[in-house]
Amino acid sequence: MRVIQFREALREAMSEEMRQDKSIFLMGEEVAAYNGAYKVSQGMLDEFGEERVIDTPIAELGFAGIGVGAAMNGLRPIIEFMTFNFSLVAIDQIINSAAKMNAMSGGQYTVPMVFRGPTGNAGQLAAQHSQNFENWFANTAGLKVVVPSNPYDAKGLLKTSIRDNDPVIFMESELMYGDKGEVPEEEYSLPIGEAKIVKQGKDITLVSFGKMMKVATQASAELDKEGISAEVIDLRSVRPIDYPAIIDSVKKTNRLVVVEEAWPLAAISAEIAYYIQRHAFDYLDAPVYRINSMDVPLAYAPTLIEATLPNVARTIEAAKAALYI
Amino acid sequence: MAKTNSKSTNTTTKKSKTTNSKSSSKAKVASKYNFPKETYQFWYERMLLIRRFEEKCGQLYGRQKIKGFCHLYIGQEACVVGAVTALKKEDKWITAYRDHGHPLALGTSPNAVMAELFAKATGCTKGKGGSMHLFDKEVNFMGGHGIVGAQIPLGAGIAFAEKYNKTDNLCICFMGDGAVRQGAFHEALNMAMTWKLPVIFVIENNGYAMGTSVERTSNVVELYTLGEAYDIPSEPVDAMKVEEVHLSLERAAERARKGDGPTLLEFRTYRYRGHSMSDPAKYRTKEELASYKELDPIEMVKEALLSNKMADEGYFEEIEKKTKKIVSDAVDFAEESPYPDVEEIYKDVYVESYPFLKD
Repeated sequence: MRVIQFREALREAMSEEMRQDKSIFLMGEEVAAYNGAYKVSQGMLDEFGEERVIDTPIAELGFAGIGVGAAMNGLRPIIEFMTFNFSLVAIDQIINSAAKMNAMSGGQYTVPMVFRGPTGNAGQLAAQHSQNFENWFANTAGLKVVVPSNPYDAKGLLKTSIRDNDPVIFMESELMYGDKGEVPEEEYSLPIGEAKIVKQGKDITLVSFGKMMKVATQASAELDKEGISAEVIDLRSVRPIDYPAIIDSVKKTNRLVVVEEAWPLAAISAEIAYYIQRHAFDYLDAPVYRINSMDVPLAYAPTLIEATLPNVARTIEAAKAALYI
Repeated sequence: MAKTNSKSTNTTTKKSKTTNSKSSSKAKVASKYNFPKETYQFWYERMLLIRRFEEKCGQLYGRQKIKGFCHLYIGQEACVVGAVTALKKEDKWITAYRDHGHPLALGTSPNAVMAELFAKATGCTKGKGGSMHLFDKEVNFMGGHGIVGAQIPLGAGIAFAEKYNKTDNLCICFMGDGAVRQGAFHEALNMAMTWKLPVIFVIENNGYAMGTSVERTSNVVELYTLGEAYDIPSEPVDAMKVEEVHLSLERAAERARKGDGPTLLEFRTYRYRGHSMSDPAKYRTKEELASYKELDPIEMVKEALLSNKMADEGYFEEIEKKTKKIVSDAVDFAEESPYPDVEEIYKDVYVESYPFLKD
């Protein structure tokens, strides 16, 4: 099968949908003339013109709100944040306008749009450029939150997100834009809310999403070498969460470790641990473990980064603890 | 100390405004404008409806029939009824949370608005939005927004869609004087002008952001001049005079429809009541309030109708009676309507089906 980069998969998803539906436009900082801060939208200005691929001033609150207003009035905007770190100045429009418009208006005005961009740490960028807000957005009714881990899922899920009639938060990673993966040339899309079992296993379940899937997968490969068979699940979206997929796996393995880049308090890992103790209590042979970033802002020094972020060693350690070995 | 100083500044500004308004005598009102009888009567009837509706809301709030936050529109009626006659019905409207007057001016059923305030299923947002989040798609009223200034980028975005679709429609985006100090205002104005969006930004300047006078929030107290920072044609409007409201919006609408982009209008108006129902408005003087009541927009239209011989006393008696009946019927309708079914909590949250967490 054809192999393309993550960024190309995203570009194909946007371009294919824009060719089908004139009401879709892309707006954000540097998306047009500069061809995208991370070259996701390279060439799109040339193909779609400046009416549909639109550079903005550095004004996230303003252009996020313009996107919501345009969506209320019949368009299907894709709003790009250069990173989700900058979405915080726009979060009022995401939470108070986009997520609630349908409900507040009694179903009269809906907001079919996508907010997308990279999330999480991306090298030594220090505290303000290295944050994960998947759990913040996932907390809000009215939103959907999609966090793909590979080019195939990214394309299929972005196409679905663009077609979705509700506001979707779509989170990528600077560190993954160059990742390559198999992506078919023919048309496909993937449903939001369905996890993927990336690897079958019988001894323990590892659940993760987004960039941390690399940690989970590598940990699983290491565990294999020691004769421990881990089942690895990629959630792909954290609102909604595919709880049945996790429950089914835990019923088989009886042990669970969740790997997530965000801070631990009120994280997705905490939510999953609650849900599993509530709905699969009798199947658990050990406490649910989680690997999150440490409960501190991310620093610049590589030694401090290593000590803060989730990694393979911590994941293996947690898996062994859950297996009492 | 600062408070005292700014209050005196404020009074000075208001006084000069008052003098300006008074300088156009009643006789002049009749001769200066050339609107037909139907327009004056429409203005009078809609403004009176809003006035009587809001007075009733005030009473009902006291009787706890209306709950939550409730911001009355009394005194500001000319701002919206003048907009109705200046714009066309395909144009989109959006405002903040002092929003009862806008849908009523546009022709939303008073029953649906009152039922919403009563939190009933028959309300204009099915009992989900309440006083601060009225919506009515039928008349292109796009809310009713509770975060100060957040509706300004939304208004620009609504206008963006009209331009994108190459329609001849515009968006009128109302805000209070408090909202102009939000970043959202400045970001939206900048992009609206850069992209020449067909939007009219209207500041309903009633002098106070809740209890804080305009003068206490910035060195820039002539609010229309903020538009000039972004090269937006901007003007102050005596919005106690509905004719001035109408004419200023006609100019702005022409600009928007021609593709020249936004206009910023500062409607100088006044609210007779406190910020919300819980506000006794002790931050302003009785004299200030009285001076504005002399400029009552409804009374001025009544005088114009009389002096132009467009109506007689019988007309006013009939309209008063009719309006009272509309309002009392709305209250009856709201009283008799049911609350929404509890199953409604999972409706209108997502368009698509969604697996809500329930346990």
